[in-house]
Amino acid sequence: MSASGVQTYTPREFHRQAHDALGNPQIRANFRRAMDGLMAKRRDVFSDWDLETLRELGANIRLRALAKLPDLLEQLEANCQANGIQVHWAENGDEACRVIREICERHEAKAVIKGKSMVSEEMHLNAHLEEAGIEALESDLGEYLVQLNEQTPSHIIMPAIHLNTDEISDIMHEKTGTERTRDVDYMTAAARAQLRERFMAADVGISGVNFAVAETGTLCLVENEGNGRMTTAVPPVHIAVTGIEKVVEHLRDVPPLYALLTRSATGQHVTTYFNMISSPRKEGEHDGPSEVHLVLVDSGRSNIYQDDELLDTLRCIRCGACMNHCPVYTRVGGHTYGTTYPGPIGSILMPHMMGLEETRDLPSASSLCGACGEVCPVKIPIPDLLVRLRREAVGEGRGNVPGAGVKRTKKEVAAWKTYQWLATHPAAWRSGTAIAGKLQALVPSKLGPWTEHRTAPRPAKVSLHALVKQHKAKRHQAGKSDDDGEKRS
Amino acid sequence: MSARDNILERLRQRADGPLTAPQSDFSVVTGRGWSQADRLERFERLITSVHGEVVHVAQANWTAELVELLHAKGIRRLALGREHPVAAEARAALDGKDVALLDADRDIETWQHEQFHETDAGLTSTRGAIAETGSLWLWPTPDEPRLLSLVPPIHIAVLDANSIEDTFFDVIETHGWAGGMPTNALLISGPSKTADIEQTLAYGVHGPRELVVLVRHAKEHS
Repeated sequence: MSASGVQTYTPREFHRQAHDALGNPQIRANFRRAMDGLMAKRRDVFSDWDLETLRELGANIRLRALAKLPDLLEQLEANCQANGIQVHWAENGDEACRVIREICERHEAKAVIKGKSMVSEEMHLNAHLEEAGIEALESDLGEYLVQLNEQTPSHIIMPAIHLNTDEISDIMHEKTGTERTRDVDYMTAAARAQLRERFMAADVGISGVNFAVAETGTLCLVENEGNGRMTTAVPPVHIAVTGIEKVVEHLRDVPPLYALLTRSATGQHVTTYFNMISSPRKEGEHDGPSEVHLVLVDSGRSNIYQDDELLDTLRCIRCGACMNHCPVYTRVGGHTYGTTYPGPIGSILMPHMMGLEETRDLPSASSLCGACGEVCPVKIPIPDLLVRLRREAVGEGRGNVPGAGVKRTKKEVAAWKTYQWLATHPAAWRSGTAIAGKLQALVPSKLGPWTEHRTAPRPAKVSLHALVKQHKAKRHQAGKSDDDGEKRS
Repeated sequence: MSARDNILERLRQRADGPLTAPQSDFSVVTGRGWSQADRLERFERLITSVHGEVVHVAQANWTAELVELLHAKGIRRLALGREHPVAAEARAALDGKDVALLDADRDIETWQHEQFHETDAGLTSTRGAIAETGSLWLWPTPDEPRLLSLVPPIHIAVLDANSIEDTFFDVIETHGWAGGMPTNALLISGPSKTADIEQTLAYGVHGPRELVVLVRHAKEHS
């Protein structure tokens, strides 16, 4: 596949896509190098911190926000409105797209410039706007490159992490006419020049939100490039779109979460910009948008909210540390998952958004090594949630995840039931294993995926139980003769 | 029912019942107990580690140093405010020098092209700084608007050495931010940067390529 080759991915094809990615040395090398670097940087930047205490605080702030979620959303709405920010609610991505399109149409917008927003990716906003004849251009450098290459992001923080310098040079050359080069400064400067014109021409700027502060009605954006500030300050209208779980109670809740976010994501002490927006341009001010909108999107979040265990999914602050540390993600890359959010967080979040029917393989795309849970800055027990979703997929959970039970098969249920009965009836177990040992040759050698790269297990001729029994009997015999000897002497 | 009512209703009628909110202990993000010298050292170390430049100047003759800096960097067109003492003093010092002074307190619609294409640098005051992360904090005003610290390729920020505090949490609490937020509050920690091309760091992607912090000292800095 050439750098500019278009390929679509779907979670249904996870296994095939994983197979392809594993056989692609370019993808393997790009991700391996990037993830190794990110892990080392994170470790270094936390070295002078009491990390456990900070994580405890981060988890606790998010839990408090979730505990008060409906009240905080109402408080956020009231304070935003008092500040002049217009607040909209959407049950799902389609509704959110419609709200945003209508705002654009009211302003007769032809060109929209976007700051990085995973929620907008989640709802396929760009495609929706384009259908309505509105051009949506990504301005984060990584997102811009991915958009030029007609792809989707492969990482939630570093969207173009799957591409190397040569591939990016080719894409920019083919799509924008720049020189072919390995000079990153040249390519960055070229993108800067191309996008500056677009910022000035844009009718509407669309961004995400990292934290929405209920207490003050403030939208916080975290970034390094300045495209987020441009997006939210240059065009005459700013639309911020976010999931309902992004709210925090107090302004003082922000510094600990921000400290955790930048260090966990990219190993930085701080990002270049922390941009806090509390109102549109006021009377007498000379720049900034005259209208600011906040679109709050549910898209399955309020369903996750119902369940005490699943609720922890909503603590996420979208740092990406779980994918950076995931041995599966590092090997198969972000696109393989076929979902907006890849890696461990995607595997516990996407089943709620797309249903287990589509995403059945994702909770199993993990070795349960536990690294994701260990590095999560807000202590989400990701491995436990993966196991929970595996149970839901085979119909052994609470049944409150869409598509629950989709992987349930009569054969598997019968197999486990039989095993359960045998394992709790010692006499039957012993005779069963004895028979299995005698009938070795009849045990099938092909056991599905398990035997693709392994030989099938063979029951031993003599079971462990029987061996122990024989051994005990021998010792007993030997002990008896020893005792006799002692007596004689 | 509206989407709003539906969502709030679902959250309020939570299947597993109401949740209890834990208390939060913020001591891990405050109480550093650094001296002023510690704060200055840390601020400078961190902001220079991400390509910020720090120039120490005496309060008494800071504008002379500014003139020199503009000359050294070849800045011929400088955008700045008018009312803030930083802007007013800079204007007085630059009067009659061959640097064009561009008024930042104009509606952006009247000078957007000029700001994007014909401005070499923007000069702003700062409210203070954060030692822990090497960050400046700014609350843009009509006199020094939001884009002044973003659009021109060089941002020159004036910081008083004694206004550096320990942590972001301390700044929010000490200055009562929650009591009234401005239209836009900003932390700035270095020039604009990206690592989106194969993790290679490049500066000046959308915002300024250079950030120069003039740190003003009341007494001669040793």
